[in-house]
Amino acid sequence: MNLLETTKLTKYFGDTHAVDAVDFRVGEGEVLALIGSNGAGKTSLVNLISGLFQPDSGQIRLRGADVTSLSVHERIKAGIARSFQIVNLFDQLTMLDNVALSIFARQDMTRYFWSLADRFDAVWQEALEILRQFGLERTRAIVAGGISQGERKLLDVAVAYALRPRLLFLDEPTSGVSTRDKAQIMNIVTSVVRSQGITAVIIEHDMDIVFKYSDRIVVMHDGKILADGTQEEIRRNDSVTRTLIGVADA
Amino acid sequence: MNTVALPVTERFPIKMLAWAVLGAAVLASLPFVIAEYQTILLAYGLVMAIAALGFNLLLGYTGLLSFGHSAYFGVGAYAVAMMVKYLHVQSMELYLLATVVASFVVAILFGFVCVRYTKIFFSILTLALSQVLWSLAYKFYWVTGGSDGLRVPTPTLLGGVIGGNEDKIYFLSHAYYYYVLVLFLACVLVMWVIVHSPFGKALQAIRDNETRARFVGIRIRQYRLVAFVVSGVFTGIAGALWVPLNGLTTPDILYWPFSGEIVFMCVLGGFQNFSGPIVGAVVFNYLKTYAVGATTYWQGLLGLILVFLVLTLPTGIVGMLNQLVRKAKKRASA
Repeated sequence: MNLLETTKLTKYFGDTHAVDAVDFRVGEGEVLALIGSNGAGKTSLVNLISGLFQPDSGQIRLRGADVTSLSVHERIKAGIARSFQIVNLFDQLTMLDNVALSIFARQDMTRYFWSLADRFDAVWQEALEILRQFGLERTRAIVAGGISQGERKLLDVAVAYALRPRLLFLDEPTSGVSTRDKAQIMNIVTSVVRSQGITAVIIEHDMDIVFKYSDRIVVMHDGKILADGTQEEIRRNDSVTRTLIGVADA
Repeated sequence: MNTVALPVTERFPIKMLAWAVLGAAVLASLPFVIAEYQTILLAYGLVMAIAALGFNLLLGYTGLLSFGHSAYFGVGAYAVAMMVKYLHVQSMELYLLATVVASFVVAILFGFVCVRYTKIFFSILTLALSQVLWSLAYKFYWVTGGSDGLRVPTPTLLGGVIGGNEDKIYFLSHAYYYYVLVLFLACVLVMWVIVHSPFGKALQAIRDNETRARFVGIRIRQYRLVAFVVSGVFTGIAGALWVPLNGLTTPDILYWPFSGEIVFMCVLGGFQNFSGPIVGAVVFNYLKTYAVGATTYWQGLLGLILVFLVLTLPTGIVGMLNQLVRKAKKRASA
C-alpha cells in the first residue's frame, strides 16, 4: 500500500520547471532513494511535499487523504517530517534541548508557559533515549553550534525523528562529511528508521550509499521522474546512466 | 567526529536561586542603609529593570529587536495619568489593572502587524507605530496635556491601607520602594518561569532557526505575538510604576529615544542572559542620572559609553562577569 502519492505535482519558478507534473509514490515501510543531478528537482519535490512551498497544481495524498493545502504544522501532525540539506538546528540550545523541543512540539506542550520545562521528566528521558539511538548521548549537554558536522547531520535527523513521523525525508544526510563518517551516519540512521518501521525518502548523490541502503530508487531529471525501480533496474537503465554519469550512446 | 565543548547553563540552577534570594535580601535592606534620594533612584532602576526584562523577552529570547517599546511604557504611564485626571482614582492596584488591560490591547494590535516581519523591517515598524502614539499624545493636548503632560499625585497602596497624606519623599523611599520591589521580584519570577518553560524554549528555537522551528511544528507568528504581548504588558507595568515616582508624564516617554534607552539597558547588561537587562537597567539609571548632573552634553557622553561597550564588552556587564568567573575557575582548577 502506498503511504504517499503525488499526482501531476507541478511547481514553476519563473520559466524554470522545478517540478513538472510528477507522479511520485512511496510504499509503506520502504526506504527509498531519490537521486538526480543538481537542479533535477529532488529538493523542490521534498519542499512541496513537506509544505515549504505550495504547488502550482497537482495533488499530494498521505494514506489516501489529501494534504495538498495543509500547512507545515498540519503536515507534521499528519506524520511528515524532514531533515535539511544545509543543517538546520537550534545552535544556541543544547543537543538535548534540540531533540526535547521536537517532543514538546509533538505533544503540543510548547504552549505551556507556566511550568518549567525541566519538570517534564518523560520528555527529557525520551530525548535522551533518542540521542542514545543516534549515538549522541555523550555530547547531550553541548550546544548544537559547537559540535562537528557529522554530529550536526545526525542531530538534524534526530530532531526530525523525535516528531515520530510516518514519513521521513532525509535531504542529503551525508553531504559535507568525511567518507568514513558517511557510512557511520547512514548505518545509524537506517537502523533507527528500519527498526521503527518508518518510511524514509533519502535524497543522496553518493551512489554507493544509494545502492547500499535503499530498497527502491527514483531518478529525477529536469523536474521529471526519469526512472523508478529496484537497484538492478536502475543499474541497467541506459537513460539513467547517460543522464547521471554522462556516458555517450554506444 | 570531533567535538568542540562549549559551556552551557546548568539544567537546575540552584546557585542562581541562591544568588536571587541574596539579591532580594540586599535590596530589601537598602532603605535602612542608604539615603532617601538613593533609594528613590534605586526604585527608578527597578522599574526600568521590569521594562528591560519585558523587552529582552523579544530581543534575547525571540531574536526580535524592537525600537518601539516606549509605546507600552507610555501607555502604562498615560493610563495611570488619565485615571487620575478623568476618574479621580488613587489606588495603585486599579492603576496596574488598567495598565495591564491597556498595554495588552495596544500590544496585541501593534504585535499583530509587527510579528509578520523580522529583522530591520520589524524594528522599523515598531518604531513607526510608537511614533504614532507619541504624536497623538503630543497633538491631542486637550486630552493628554500635550507637551505639559499630566500630573500624577502620590497613590494609595494595598487598597488605601498605605499612602495618602504621608510625606512624599518618605513615602516614595519606603512604602513605594517596597511596593516596587515586590512587583519587581514577582515580574522576575514570572519572566524566569516563562523563559525556562517549554514556551520559552520554543521562543529560543524561533530565535535560533525559524525554518527548523517551523518544521518541528511551532507556529512562528502565534508564538512571536504572545512574546510581543507579554513583553508589552511588562513594559506597560513598568510605565505605571514609574509615573508616581516621577509625578508627571509627558510625551517624551513615548518618543523613540526612550525606546533606545531600553535597548541601551539590555546591551549594557547583556541581552544573552537572564539577569543582564536587570543589571543594565539599574546601572543605566545611575549613569544617566550622574551624566545629566555632570554635563549638559550627557547624551554625547552616554553615546560614547555605548560605542565603547559595543566594541569592548559585546556580551555586556553580566556576560563579562560570567567570562571572568569562568576564567578564574579554570585557573583555580589548573
